[in-house]
Amino acid sequence: MMQIFALSMLNFFYDSRVRGVFYQAISGASVVVATVFIARMVSQNLAEQNIATGFDYLNREAGFLISQSFIEYRPTDSYGRALLVGIINTLVVSSLGVAFATLLGFLVGTAQLARNPVLRLLARIYVEVLRNVPLLLCLFFWYAVLLTQLPLPRDAWEILPHVFLSNGGLTTPSFRWGGAHTGVALSMLLSLAFALLFRRTGLYCSHLRPLIWLALLTPPIIAAVALQPEFIVSFPEKLRFRIVGGMRLTTEFTALLVGLSLSASAAIAEIVRAGIVAVDVGQRDASEALGFSRPQTFRLIIVPQALKLIVPPLTGTYLSLFKNSSLAVAVGYPDLVMVSNTTMNQTGQALECIAIYMSVYLAVSLAIALLMRVSFTKNGH
Amino acid sequence: MDINVNSAIHIDDATAQMASVRLPPPRQSFARYWLKALFGTTLNTLITLASLWLIWHAFRRAADWLFFQAVISGGPQVCKVGHGACWPFLVAKVRFMIFGIYPYSEHWRVFAALILFLLACGISMMPRFWSRALIPLWLAVTALVIVLICGGMFGLTYVPSTQWSGLPLSIILSFVGFALGLPLGIALALARISSLPTIRLIGVAIIEFTRGVPLITILFMASVMSPLFMPGRVTIDKLLSAQVALVIFIAAYVAETVRGGLLAIPAGQYQAASSLGLGYWKSMWFVILPQALSNVLPPLVTLFIAFFQDTTLITIVGLLDFLSTVRAAMHDPNWQGVATLEGYLFAGLVYLVFSLGLGLYGRFLEHMRSLSTSPARRL
Repeated sequence: MMQIFALSMLNFFYDSRVRGVFYQAISGASVVVATVFIARMVSQNLAEQNIATGFDYLNREAGFLISQSFIEYRPTDSYGRALLVGIINTLVVSSLGVAFATLLGFLVGTAQLARNPVLRLLARIYVEVLRNVPLLLCLFFWYAVLLTQLPLPRDAWEILPHVFLSNGGLTTPSFRWGGAHTGVALSMLLSLAFALLFRRTGLYCSHLRPLIWLALLTPPIIAAVALQPEFIVSFPEKLRFRIVGGMRLTTEFTALLVGLSLSASAAIAEIVRAGIVAVDVGQRDASEALGFSRPQTFRLIIVPQALKLIVPPLTGTYLSLFKNSSLAVAVGYPDLVMVSNTTMNQTGQALECIAIYMSVYLAVSLAIALLMRVSFTKNGH
Repeated sequence: MDINVNSAIHIDDATAQMASVRLPPPRQSFARYWLKALFGTTLNTLITLASLWLIWHAFRRAADWLFFQAVISGGPQVCKVGHGACWPFLVAKVRFMIFGIYPYSEHWRVFAALILFLLACGISMMPRFWSRALIPLWLAVTALVIVLICGGMFGLTYVPSTQWSGLPLSIILSFVGFALGLPLGIALALARISSLPTIRLIGVAIIEFTRGVPLITILFMASVMSPLFMPGRVTIDKLLSAQVALVIFIAAYVAETVRGGLLAIPAGQYQAASSLGLGYWKSMWFVILPQALSNVLPPLVTLFIAFFQDTTLITIVGLLDFLSTVRAAMHDPNWQGVATLEGYLFAGLVYLVFSLGLGLYGRFLEHMRSLSTSPARRL
């Protein structure tokens, strides 16, 4: 009897389901215990060091200047407003970086596959150098180059019509952004989101395409008619000693943008090259056999198939560019992290500041990943 | 049979003659090939000329700056007026840039440790030496390196970790980070594909959180918040907290790479292992992991290169890695503003050589793998 009992107990302990529950209970419990322990330790330490807790500080006056801001900001504004400036600065530099990096990356990526060996060599050098030098070093380097090698504002180079580059930064035309513009932009975003969602439902088919375009364009047009946004553009002019008008982007911003775009463009070039190479050679032969010209083959046969392979790693590159924009702190561009660090130094509330920026990064990273997945998969596959 | 074949050949020959099949074009001569590749069409000619002009121009400017207009000897004052590169800066500061604030008279110890370490690396990178004998080799090398760098025994003076800096620190941080991050990453990958929901959840949470935030925020968290996590007034060494942050960071990325390798192992391998009576750990250790890891070796090398470059970020939390000693040398009061580009270019060159070397090694590993896995085995 005893033996049978022992045997059944043994069976019980050797049952993989029982063991599974046991392991899960242990790991779950240890995570909970560790969390509670750390939380208690932190609250005890905070109380001992007389550090305030909670997010009340966001309403208090910030009192520090921010060198670059795309919304109105004065030192008398609150910490919350300063944080918003930081978030917008991060988003602006990373979205511009994504745009430039994609453009450059596709150019260099296709140049790597060019028939001309000299062009191929140049593209190869570009990619290898940028991929093998740390981004932080590049940022320091570009910042130093911009500061020391560029002319003074009064001798600024006009790199594009009405775009001036000098050691004081980049000056571009600007137009006054008002509530009406925000309304139109929001309606555009909303209709785009709806169109994407609609494509994922099974209802979409190609007959509906004109209808979709109509649905995409109508809300912004209605919003534009209703809100009547004004386009007051201010073009910068070079006077004798300085540049007036337009929007001035600081040297820090320019250095960060250049560094981020160049580094990411090298990564994108590699992804594009790999994607194009991975398309089966037979596809090219078949296309030529059907009488497509070389550019047609490239545009109609190769690129659509390569895109499927390019998009997932491209998303990864966009995400890392977005996260790398936090290196702004190295050149002194007031992004989310830098504004938070200043806040941290002034209020001492490190826990809250770090929690805020980490959750912003997490949220935006997840949003980008989701967006890329939604927009490049048909019907949710 | 024979007749058939012969007649087939015969017919083939006949059809070839009838349809006057074009012969393959004669092999192009070397010069012809290049002429066509470079100047085949008008557009191509333009591209070639533009590229050559660009290369020539860049080359001439670089040569001018590096040699013809460079300041070969003299002090900061000479460099200030000169237009070219400032070689005296590099000569005067090279030891500081590489070894940082490590005591000057003890530089030989770090140098010896570095050579020892690189030798051990070189040996273990060669597939012919891949065996268990590497374990005692690495234990011995690690012990020797620790003795050489820390000191405090065998008559060597003690050097505290606050004085470790420069290139050796960068190498230590990235190598130790990867050596500890690899097993942790494998564990996280196993947790993430585990069949137990709680363990999977823990794995996913750690990996996604770490990958979702920038490294710099993790480093800030480690340096600012680690005192809050410790009981009482215990303070953690700055270097240690940065190292822990780096380990967790790289582990999350290793985990995703290894997970890719684990998912690529066919289900038959798992089934075969369990039908042989191997439990979870044994089947992982003897069957699954060896295959998965050897498959992801090349991407792991790529990951290591990126990680080696990422260790420069510790500059921002105030540790003296190679990049920050270079910057410190440039901001030396005597040389302030004289040799900014020289310093960055030197640092860039060092990183470039390291990364390119490792990249070549990664390509070599990939080549080896493609040789060892014949198409038959891959099925």
